[in-house]
Amino acid sequence: MIALWIILGIVVVLIFMVVGMYNALIRLRNQVKNAWAQIDVQLKRRHDLIPNLIETVKGYMVHERQTLESITNARANAMSAGTISDKIKAEGELTNLMGRLQVAVEAYPDLKANQNFLALQEELTSTENKISYSRQSYNDQVLFYNNKKQTFPTNIIAGMFNFKDEVFFEIQDQAEKAVPKVSFS
Amino acid sequence: MWEIIKANQRKSFFLFTLMGIVLIGLGFVIGWGYDPQGGGAFIGIIVALLIFGIMSLVAVKSGAKIMLSASNAKEVTPDVHPQLFNVVEEMRIAAGMTKMPKVYIINTDAPNAFAAGMSPDNAVVAVTAGLLARMNRDELQGVIAHEMSHVVNRDIRFMTLAGVMMGAIVIISEVFLRSLFLGAGRGRKGGGQGQIIIMIIALALAILAPIMAQLLYFAISRKREYLADASAVRLTRYPEGLASALEKIASNTAEMPMANKVTAPMYICNPLKKKGMKMSDLSSTHPPISERIRILRAMAGGAGLANYQKAFSSVTGKNKTIIPGAELNNQENPEFRETAGMAAFADSKTTARTSHDIMMKVDNYTFINCDCGMKLKVPADFTGKTIDCPRCGVKHEIQ
Repeated sequence: MIALWIILGIVVVLIFMVVGMYNALIRLRNQVKNAWAQIDVQLKRRHDLIPNLIETVKGYMVHERQTLESITNARANAMSAGTISDKIKAEGELTNLMGRLQVAVEAYPDLKANQNFLALQEELTSTENKISYSRQSYNDQVLFYNNKKQTFPTNIIAGMFNFKDEVFFEIQDQAEKAVPKVSFS
Repeated sequence: MWEIIKANQRKSFFLFTLMGIVLIGLGFVIGWGYDPQGGGAFIGIIVALLIFGIMSLVAVKSGAKIMLSASNAKEVTPDVHPQLFNVVEEMRIAAGMTKMPKVYIINTDAPNAFAAGMSPDNAVVAVTAGLLARMNRDELQGVIAHEMSHVVNRDIRFMTLAGVMMGAIVIISEVFLRSLFLGAGRGRKGGGQGQIIIMIIALALAILAPIMAQLLYFAISRKREYLADASAVRLTRYPEGLASALEKIASNTAEMPMANKVTAPMYICNPLKKKGMKMSDLSSTHPPISERIRILRAMAGGAGLANYQKAFSSVTGKNKTIIPGAELNNQENPEFRETAGMAAFADSKTTARTSHDIMMKVDNYTFINCDCGMKLKVPADFTGKTIDCPRCGVKHEIQ
């Protein structure tokens, strides 16, 4: 009789453990999804800011016409990108160009004295930061999830319910990480 | 972050239990001293726990509100200081918080900041006008990251409860000591030698307990500061920002008049610096700033928690664990990011003016830039429709 109770107790404890681990995995996976959605929100914000930016700097930055044009094109590409890998590529291009523009601004003292532009520049800096922080947060969440999924004993539950590894958001092109070069021509 | 929070809770739980034992012991001995035959000891424990329970209920429910109103902080909208809101949101994203914290500005020139809120969903970040005037973008980000780390690591919740427990211990001891001196007239008949001895023990405990509780509280607080620094760097990936922010805050000698020893752990730097006092002594709520700066600057190779731990050991020479071990194994070495390169105002005159302007904005002043270069500052309760520029006499309309 006692043996039966002990077995029953063990079974109940096991069930609780399985439920707990399953829920932990689900919670972590939702956080990964959430973080991914955050990246999208910030990218959209950048798309919304760009026309305003171009409008403000157009009159000042006469020598950067080409950069401005390529920003407009890159924005259009990024917005119309269909697949995720296309999108990552187009947004990477845009990040690169925006960095270049921010450096180029240094050569235009008039622009830097313009109150509207300063406010806009703060928004831009912040949006670029938000994009990279949302990417960082996504990678953090992926790391937590994958760690949990791969370590004992949760890996058994993950195997039973077919949880898959999530992939990190890597910047593919090594050159993108480098400081953008500017040529004043 | 999850592992670190759990490990944190385990460690804090130990210190917290120690404080709890002090509290219960105090109630037990005092109750016993008054009524050794009956259930005095039992009643004493109940009363001690009741006092703690009621106080912590109040603190948990309205602790943030009390702290904000005590420090004279005002909730602001993004237009008062857009950069502050941007930085807060960046850190919200980096920390993976779902809700945007409320942002408050404190109208004082002393640079400091604190966080409040029991959970990440009802977080509050408060900074002083003096801080905003002095920091550049990277430094502000470092400060905000430190404060939000306190919320994410559940430091605020824990420090509030620990602070309340310390408060309860202090109150009980105080009441007992006073009643002992004032209530001498209340005859205690039948109390033999045993009761006198118990009363002496109670007396000793009532004197020692508050000191012990405070030392424990400060010890917990110091550890939390290192951890918040480490988490801040992990979020910003830029240790120099926080390091130079701390440097700027340290070089300012103004005290925050509205802070006290219990609320001090919530601030980024000890708001109560006394000159000539050694910052590293046992009754300090914060580790010495110079040490915090040196650790941050010694971080090499990455912005992860493990990197901070390594820097901590090499700078202090101590083998203490600041970051709970579980987290160390699964951290990569995140790369540093580059500086945002936005300069702050260097000279003290501009700083003072900027800080003053921010305070006026918080108080809903309207700013009008006149073409002659004059900046008009109109108070919110100004009733006229137009105002003349005192320098050139041009009429300005007030929206």
